[in-house]
Amino acid sequence: MSEDILRMRGITKRFPGVLALSGVELGVKRGTIHALVGENGAGKSTLMKVLSGVYAHGDFEGEIEFDGRPAEFRNIRDSEAAGVVIIHQELALVGELSIAENIFLGNEQKKRGVISWDRTNAEAVRLMAQVGLQDNPATLVEKIGVGKQQLVEIAKALSKDVKLLILDEPTAALNDTDSENLLDLLRQLREEGVTSIIISHKLGEVLAVADQITVLRDGKSIETLDTVGDGVTQDRLIKAMVGRDLEHLFPPHEPKIGKVFFEVKDWTVHHPEQRHRVIVNGASLNVARGEIVGLAGIMGAGRTEFAMSVFGRSWGSNISGTVELDGKPLALRNVPDAIEAGLAYATEDRKHYGLHLDYDLRENFTLPGLGKLSKRGVVDQDKVNLVSERLRKDFGVKAPSVYQLAGNLSGGNQQKIVLGKWVFTEPELLILDEPTRGIDVGAKYEIYELIHKLVDQGKGVLMISSELPELLGMCDRIYAMSAGHITGQVDREHATQEELMRLMTLETASGGEEQRQ
Amino acid sequence: MSTVQNKPRPSLLDALRNINLRAYGMIIALVLIMILFQVLDVALQNQNFITAQNLTNAILQNSYILILAIGMMLVIVNGHIDLSVGSVLAFCGAVSAIALSHWDLPWYLAVLVAVGLGALIGVWQGFWIAYVRIPAFIVTLAGMLIFRGLTLKVLDAETIGTSGTFNSLASGYDVLGADLRLPTLVLGILGAALFVFFQVRGRARQAKAGIVGSSQAAWLVKTVLVAAVIVVAAYTFYSYKGLPIIGWILLALVMLFTFIANRTVFGRHIYAGGGNEKAALLSGVKTKQTTFWVFVIMGALSGLAGVIVTARLHSATPGAGEALELSAIASSFIGGASVTGGVGTIIGAVIGGLVMGIMNQGMTVLGIATDTVQVVLGLVVLAAVLFDVWNKKRSTGGGNVPLVGITPGGSGEAKRAATPDSGKEPEKASTS
Repeated sequence: MSEDILRMRGITKRFPGVLALSGVELGVKRGTIHALVGENGAGKSTLMKVLSGVYAHGDFEGEIEFDGRPAEFRNIRDSEAAGVVIIHQELALVGELSIAENIFLGNEQKKRGVISWDRTNAEAVRLMAQVGLQDNPATLVEKIGVGKQQLVEIAKALSKDVKLLILDEPTAALNDTDSENLLDLLRQLREEGVTSIIISHKLGEVLAVADQITVLRDGKSIETLDTVGDGVTQDRLIKAMVGRDLEHLFPPHEPKIGKVFFEVKDWTVHHPEQRHRVIVNGASLNVARGEIVGLAGIMGAGRTEFAMSVFGRSWGSNISGTVELDGKPLALRNVPDAIEAGLAYATEDRKHYGLHLDYDLRENFTLPGLGKLSKRGVVDQDKVNLVSERLRKDFGVKAPSVYQLAGNLSGGNQQKIVLGKWVFTEPELLILDEPTRGIDVGAKYEIYELIHKLVDQGKGVLMISSELPELLGMCDRIYAMSAGHITGQVDREHATQEELMRLMTLETASGGEEQRQ
Repeated sequence: MSTVQNKPRPSLLDALRNINLRAYGMIIALVLIMILFQVLDVALQNQNFITAQNLTNAILQNSYILILAIGMMLVIVNGHIDLSVGSVLAFCGAVSAIALSHWDLPWYLAVLVAVGLGALIGVWQGFWIAYVRIPAFIVTLAGMLIFRGLTLKVLDAETIGTSGTFNSLASGYDVLGADLRLPTLVLGILGAALFVFFQVRGRARQAKAGIVGSSQAAWLVKTVLVAAVIVVAAYTFYSYKGLPIIGWILLALVMLFTFIANRTVFGRHIYAGGGNEKAALLSGVKTKQTTFWVFVIMGALSGLAGVIVTARLHSATPGAGEALELSAIASSFIGGASVTGGVGTIIGAVIGGLVMGIMNQGMTVLGIATDTVQVVLGLVVLAAVLFDVWNKKRSTGGGNVPLVGITPGGSGEAKRAATPDSGKEPEKASTS
């Protein structure tokens, strides 16, 4: 048997208009823990989907050799049969079923076609012992914590005779103790001959647990480093992850920054269901008129949750803190309050939260501002038509007419509708959550120009983005968020990807806010 | 002959093709069904089906279903369901009969009592559904039992007769002794003229805004056809006994609720909340409040339907309105409501109710047994929703929509947000 359990050669994966992976090389040694790092959107998840058969053999270019044989997985069933098991960041467990049932879901322990509960429970206990889980196998999965749920996933993987275990951000939702336990388990599995690939943003833990690290950037494999031999440090990794120049992707803009008019102080938000979980922890920030303020952070840092909870408490529970506009405290009990006060929130999830895909442009453009187009509750259809047509033109939505259904448009045009509908409410502060996600370069440029136009009118923009170059190119000031804390802010002159990445990956934010002006 | 390749002029055929299938499919289906029965009746029984009397009967026999269907359409568009309307109808009908016969209230107060009681029941159910967020299916299933039981209780398992003006609400043809033939004809002609006027004005305004929707030919065909249908229908009723009183009531309800649905903020919020509740909520729609009022409206309309059923039977009976909720729901779906909410029109619900009513009537006239009629009506409901599903697939470009989002997580996911998923790998994604 060869030393490498996995070799991926020249993997190239295209989506319409986007080259997601370009000639990626990845070799994983048998019996090691291999880490995959890179910025959001670097292609890590796509690469793992290629490996696990989510994208069928033939949907991509390149070769995969697994366990000494060429692998041509048509679906996840094939890859699991070969011994590749992937555990996603969002766990695929059924909360209403027991631990034992979840472990054998889709792989039920049967005797002559009938489920044998004795065998199910006995096998479950054996697997649970292997991952250090001491609960009753009949316990419902929703009753145990996320850390233990993660262990159930691993037990489930072990039940399938896993040879290569892939974990996508396994510790993102875990506290320090649970994370440490999980990493110990990975080390223990390594002793037992299981090879693991771990995707993580937490560079500290990557360095602690991994034998080798492969860095991806813009869909290309940059380098593979030995943690022991190469003397790798966090700085070294960050450099490899972000190492590129800002191109001319951003329209020129002369900021005219006024005085601070929007302030959030000491904002704390809890999870809507798991009410003890603190998602945003004492966050404070402010925005000045004419200013574009960025909010950086890795996924799960609490940025969207922060924005939505400020926007009329549309997310979270047990919210505390103050919001001030022009020095006056706002009581925002619901979304209509927030709109009334002059806030707007353009969501990161256009399709589910931003638009009515089955409705035409007119309905979508005018929904939040319908009150302005009606008298005593009766809508003035002529005004609706006129306003929609004006917005369609102003925002350059490429649709044949305002009767076009939003669902039939491209992502970029959909995003322009979302912006249009919020601009029509004449907000003072616009919160733009991932405003260019899933949009091609040309449309991005147009969106940037629209944002500039807004701040030139004296409005404030708070922009959440996972693409650091975008934040650096657009923002006058950038806050970084990590694990619910604002971990620092940098202004335009001092902002670098390395500095932001450092603030975004601060694992304990107990040190309070760092300032660098 | 090099000049052959002129710019093709839009033909009538193109115009017809451009007509929105969804909006007009059911009207066309209704007309085709009527023609089919006409042909069958002439061939098999040597009589006409499309007669003034038969049309009038279709209205009279289905009036209360149509009233329920109007409310049910709003409920379904808002993303809910109401299983209690049959029982609410019976309860309100019973109370109106009691008000009339036992309390000796004048007929209009008896009507008011029934409608008010229906609205109150709507308040009760709307509260649990909208604010406590118990699924409408459960709340109204409970309501179905509760209000049937209350009906039995207030009637004491007896039948209470009604008489006088009250009864003419459901089957009368004259007001204060004057018949309604001439007003029917005047209404038809005025209605057609007003329709044409609004169409022309609307089109002119669209042109001014620079957003003309359909082609000139399609618009012309539609306008002329609808105007003609209005005039012909008016004349047909005129030639018999005129539009019955309940016909006028229905007409008023259709116009009122079409206006509410299309032209009021409340109406648009009903649609927005049903089409995508999360997006509506984030756009500042008070979705709970909207849902609450939708159920109040549904309750009031059930109360009114209760009056009509009682008046039509000349009595309130414990078993009134059984299974009518299913007819109302079926009418909405035949009339183009989407199972997932957000789509449907008031006029569609009425057409859907008429499709069911006319088919029922047509088959009965042909001497087809009720058991067969039920089977056929069931298949019609299935076919209508099938058409809806097919139409939706067609308009979204088809393709397999994965049942489960392929794999969660990974920001690279976003890069292809605008591309349809291949749908090759849906079934294992959630169990991996």
